[in-house]
Amino acid sequence: MQQKKYWQNLGELKDSEAYQASLNDEFAEELPYEAGTGMAAATAPRRDFLKYLGFSTAAAMAAASCEMPVKKSIPYLNKPENFIPGVPDYYASTWVQDGLAVPVVVKVRDGRPIKIEGNELSSLTGGGTSAPVQASVLDLYDMARLRFPLADAKEVTSFEAFDKMVAGAMAGLGSAKKVLLTATIHSQTTLAVISKFLAKHPGSEHITYDVLSASGILLANEACYGKRAIPAYRFDQARVIVSLGADFLGTWLNPVEFSRQYAAGRQLVPSKPAMSKHIQFEGMLSLTGANADDRYVHRPSETGAVALSLFNALSGAQESNPPADARLRKGIAVAAAALKAAPGAALVVCGSNDPDVQVLVNAINEVLGANGTTIDWSAPLNVRKGMDAEMARLIQEMKEGNVGALLVHGVNPAYDCFDAKGFTDGLQKVPLTLSFNDRVDETTKHCKYVIPDHHYLESWGDAEARTGYISFQQPTIAPLFKTRAFQTSLLQWSGENVEYGAFVQSYWKEKLGSQEAWDKALQDGLIEPVSPAAGKASFSSSEVVPAANRIESAKKGGKTELVLYAKVSIGSGKSANNPWLQEMPDPITKATWDNYAIISYAKAKELGISVDDNYEVEVQKPMIRIKASGRELTLPVLAIPGMHPDVIAVAVGYGRSEQTGKAAAGVGQNAYPLVSFNGRTFDYQVTDVACEKTGDQYPIAYTQTHNQYEGRKDVVREYALSEFKSHPKLLLEQREKLAEDYAKNSGDYRAEGTLYPNYPYPGPKWGMSIDLNSCTGCGACTVACTAENNVAVVGKSEVLRNHEMHWLRIDRYFATYRDDSGKDDLDSLNVVFMPMMCQHCDNAPCENVCPVNATNHSSEGFNQMTYNRCIGTRYCANNCPFKVRRFNWADYTGADSFPDNQSDAKLDPAVFQMNDDLTRMVLNPDVTVRSRGVIEKCSFCVQRLQEGKLKAKKENRPLETGHEGKWDVRTACQQACPTHAIVFGNVNDPKSPVSKVRDEDQTTRVFYALEQLHVLPNVSYLAKVRNTDRPVGLSVAHPEGVGGNHAETAH
Amino acid sequence: MMSSRSLPRNLSRLLLVTFFLLTVPTALKAQDGKQLFNAKCASCHAVDKNLVGPALKGVEERWPERDKLYAWINNSSALIKTGYPRAVEVYNQFNKIQMAAFPELKPADIDAILAYIATAGTPKPSESSTSGGAAVSEEDDSDSGLLYGILTLTLAVIALILLQVNSNLRKMTDEKGNASTPEPIPFWRNKAYIALAAILLFMGGGYITFQSAQGLGRSKNYQPEQPIYYSHTVHAGINQINCLYCHGGAQESKHANIPSVNVCMNCHMAINEYAKGPKLYREDGKEVDGTAEIRKLYQYAGWDPDAKMYTGQGKPIEWIRIHNLPDHVYFNHAQHVKAGKVQCQTCHGEIQKMGEVYQASDLSMGWCINCHRESKVQFTDNKYYSIYEKFHEDIKNKRMDSVTVEKIGGTECQKCHY
Repeated sequence: MQQKKYWQNLGELKDSEAYQASLNDEFAEELPYEAGTGMAAATAPRRDFLKYLGFSTAAAMAAASCEMPVKKSIPYLNKPENFIPGVPDYYASTWVQDGLAVPVVVKVRDGRPIKIEGNELSSLTGGGTSAPVQASVLDLYDMARLRFPLADAKEVTSFEAFDKMVAGAMAGLGSAKKVLLTATIHSQTTLAVISKFLAKHPGSEHITYDVLSASGILLANEACYGKRAIPAYRFDQARVIVSLGADFLGTWLNPVEFSRQYAAGRQLVPSKPAMSKHIQFEGMLSLTGANADDRYVHRPSETGAVALSLFNALSGAQESNPPADARLRKGIAVAAAALKAAPGAALVVCGSNDPDVQVLVNAINEVLGANGTTIDWSAPLNVRKGMDAEMARLIQEMKEGNVGALLVHGVNPAYDCFDAKGFTDGLQKVPLTLSFNDRVDETTKHCKYVIPDHHYLESWGDAEARTGYISFQQPTIAPLFKTRAFQTSLLQWSGENVEYGAFVQSYWKEKLGSQEAWDKALQDGLIEPVSPAAGKASFSSSEVVPAANRIESAKKGGKTELVLYAKVSIGSGKSANNPWLQEMPDPITKATWDNYAIISYAKAKELGISVDDNYEVEVQKPMIRIKASGRELTLPVLAIPGMHPDVIAVAVGYGRSEQTGKAAAGVGQNAYPLVSFNGRTFDYQVTDVACEKTGDQYPIAYTQTHNQYEGRKDVVREYALSEFKSHPKLLLEQREKLAEDYAKNSGDYRAEGTLYPNYPYPGPKWGMSIDLNSCTGCGACTVACTAENNVAVVGKSEVLRNHEMHWLRIDRYFATYRDDSGKDDLDSLNVVFMPMMCQHCDNAPCENVCPVNATNHSSEGFNQMTYNRCIGTRYCANNCPFKVRRFNWADYTGADSFPDNQSDAKLDPAVFQMNDDLTRMVLNPDVTVRSRGVIEKCSFCVQRLQEGKLKAKKENRPLETGHEGKWDVRTACQQACPTHAIVFGNVNDPKSPVSKVRDEDQTTRVFYALEQLHVLPNVSYLAKVRNTDRPVGLSVAHPEGVGGNHAETAH
Repeated sequence: MMSSRSLPRNLSRLLLVTFFLLTVPTALKAQDGKQLFNAKCASCHAVDKNLVGPALKGVEERWPERDKLYAWINNSSALIKTGYPRAVEVYNQFNKIQMAAFPELKPADIDAILAYIATAGTPKPSESSTSGGAAVSEEDDSDSGLLYGILTLTLAVIALILLQVNSNLRKMTDEKGNASTPEPIPFWRNKAYIALAAILLFMGGGYITFQSAQGLGRSKNYQPEQPIYYSHTVHAGINQINCLYCHGGAQESKHANIPSVNVCMNCHMAINEYAKGPKLYREDGKEVDGTAEIRKLYQYAGWDPDAKMYTGQGKPIEWIRIHNLPDHVYFNHAQHVKAGKVQCQTCHGEIQKMGEVYQASDLSMGWCINCHRESKVQFTDNKYYSIYEKFHEDIKNKRMDSVTVEKIGGTECQKCHY
């Protein structure tokens, strides 16, 4: 019989000794006991201890008896109207980075932006966000931001002086060509400003440079549809989605919008058990691949071949040269069959930057009837516009000395360009170099003039990520530093003495017709077209055959191939100095603070790296040297399942320079030099690399082996759609079996199984439900929680010691099958994500072991942690079966009353960056900043509960917890989630969505984590359902699971 | 005869009625006018002296044409543009400061204001001695404590004397009976006494140590000297200004908010001297010159009282914060004031009788908890509590008469610590 295994790390899969040993200790490191045979031999014997105790008590008394500090209360001189100190204001704005745009609402507390939420009025994102969006508020308070304009690395005291210098320099250029180099810009007003600037300076040019380029798609669409544009994709309309290496839930084009659509198409209701089917073909294990129903791996160089083979299978053409791998061939056949079965509701997307492959994908979509149904040309996506060839041409022109001025905004080619050296060399020959970037990054360092742009939270502006869908930016705080909008500078230099803010306002006032219309648009933060119908574009097939021929004749890859990818957190590297993003564990590898070479187990073996029992417990990872196209990169390796055996994956965005900031400097290696330009587009894969083990080791701070469930199995539940249809009550029956031990008669543990009285919870009782089918593992919730709850950043050295503080972690499970011979089938890998935070158990094991009653249960059903009462015994953390309690091992926040507590601790620079007075402005004033020696954990965002209840009381009405879409209370994770996987509310209210999910809509999918322990959590989950024919279900669960474990007694 | 006799009486009745008919409306009018005057005019005008704008006494004589006066008040700049001589004259006379437009004032409203101006200015008997708020009888805890102490001490002395007498008597009877008695032990070597003293010392010392340790960081009766002598007696007591006029945040926010300087200037633009009220004294008995303190306010506000203009040189007042809570305590004013309908005085003491403010309560956790145990929530008045169905049923069935804060979880840790 096949056995199904869910595992987070290899040790768990193999049940190795090292893994068993790691389970026995609550804290991974040795506790600092003195060596010796007994108390007397200890270096600090009892008497010394008593002396210290006495002395420190006396010292504390003496310190406390000093005079109390005098605190001042300074009110406004002239308070702005409609502003009440202590009450947050919310402003609609738009997060824009690298061409992406997400409409947001900014929470401003006493003048400081402290939290970003999605704008729920947006029909594209529906209020969803991503980890970078959530973290962007921290960038505002980045210490490394430039505080004034520079000329020759010296401060320029006034903008007038700066303008004079630039005007003089520009006049001196004569008719030489001026180039404005930016990332993709889709802001109408900015484009208008740029065209004014270009008109004023004849012969000048605006070049768009996208680090993560989509030139391949743009060129292919130009060839097929005559439009150099990207259509809108409708993942929600597709019943079958095939992705050829496109990480559309992670970093491909517009992931927040796509995630929402994707989850909508996979929403499962028992009354109508249907969901989309998603098949992924890729070389590495991406976030999107991890969510796929079926997944097939191939070499990156085979992407074209896979597309061609799929095209042939769909169009019925003869296949001349199918892929060699039998499993891959089978996968293509399966995908083709599934696609064929869903005409007009099928969608194929491809992440390749090769125009030929994209032409084939267009042809496939044409065959499937996707054009006009799942591919919508009525309102194209504008998130990528850059032509890679233009960047190559610019470097050439610069080298030839044909560029008079280069103005750089929002891009950093000296760091991330395929030919960074060529670019910096060329820069030497440009007489006038000017940067608008916010810090002295790799490019700005070489620029003569620097005039930093505002942060987006300080800016006016607009964005049009999809044509017709316009969202606006407005300042939420006055500029912190002497910075100026880049558009204002351009306006100044084109002879118009007008502020960009005024320009934006008059532009839109005129466009919208009236002040009222503009006011409303600004307040809403966006304007959208009225229910657009999906549009079609006429397709020309003339390019398909030449493209197919070129793919057929393409050079085959070498033995080992390398693929460059962007992490969900760090992305292209613009936010590399954001400690929240750096410390967020990568969804797949669970690693923080570094990039590394991801390889398969087979590759590890080949390189002589033993993936043995200690592999994951040990943080020191062997390094390998990767040589490709004359470039070399030395990186530590991480071996994970789900990789093609001969593929190495490396994340870009790391290895930033010293001046980028404390958190970014020295983290990882820059992988951009491995990008190449093939004459048409950038190539993010290297088809032939050589690699060898160096013998060195490097520690990777990854949380893979942290917070284990003490060997308990079956925390997560998953089954196949077919199983769900044929036997919907399967999960329910298994849960009922669990009740037999304690509650034979009623099935209700509370009634029969416990000695404690049954507390009635007279008012609201809070509960959360998380749909594992909607959760994509993107990590937006983790960062949202960090921002809302002042969760400390601990730095790499502390993550290495298991000291990460995240209240909400996302457990990533690999699920594989073990056959009778004990061999694990890693090909049939499933990945399941499970957000895990305090479960707020009604029968909580942590509560009754606390000697000082610092953690106890509230009358509203949640477990409350009182920091000021905690004495740090950590008994609670030890007794928590979910391992969700975090201990402040050091003074991470600088909150201790003794000021020098941080000086001895060997904390990372990033921690000190977080404790700078500037950075601390991001702290939520409604949440205590925890000091050393106390436990903390998820509080169900109790500050929001209190605020929501007070709102209802002030308005003299009952609490709204989601009935008819009205919310007084939402947790930060719930609000941040792009797929609405998390529902929170009052379970005592039968009309609240959380009650509906549990008691009406999803009764058959509900389960509780480790239900066999009878800890009665207030967080429930909905089982993951996969739309696949492979056996994934509960019925093949291994015997030590539900059947074997439930006899365990509750603590 | 009857008729002739009744005529004058009827006449007088008639006169009385007409008098009332005539006077009551005008009285009403004047009262409305006072309100309107205070709301709309008082920040720039006084009745009998020039402020930013002219003194309004006799304004009706200076503006013979009523229509023009209405037009002036509704929109002065429009009237100046027409070149109406009186308008231009006033505009030039007062530093060309434009009077704010009041288009919302109807002619009837303006009449009411004018009626008030006509009646105001005539001095009225002082009615300012009444104090605001119900006076709470002062408890003399300290006196009774002293009394008990003296009583205990006296009793202890008497007990000691009686003991001594008792032992002497016994000694004497023993001597008489020739019984052999051991040498008496002096009380300082008597083990029972020593043990008693040790126990007393331990208990007393322990009590004092515990009390003072618990009191660390608490600052009841803290009364720092503020940058301006601001008397709550004058404002909240004598003039009965509502607390929320200045501390409006208490209804909406966690902070009650110290008012910004512009709120002070709403009234003090007109009130530039302290003349009529009782004399003010600091705690140390020094007399306070109220007018000088108002001058200090003008310094902060950047207001030139002579030119009646803002100089633009203002700076915020750095008040010394009296009520401090530790960082790990979350306190929300709106929760207590708006939702709980708690009086300000419950926590802040008799603020309307304070010259400079002091901290009336010790703001300790025990003090909070005690109140939460006793205070009743607005259980039936506030619809928020409608979800507590069980409690409502208990009240209906008379199993419970009211719901305290504690009953709905108001003494749990994470109601205040998070």
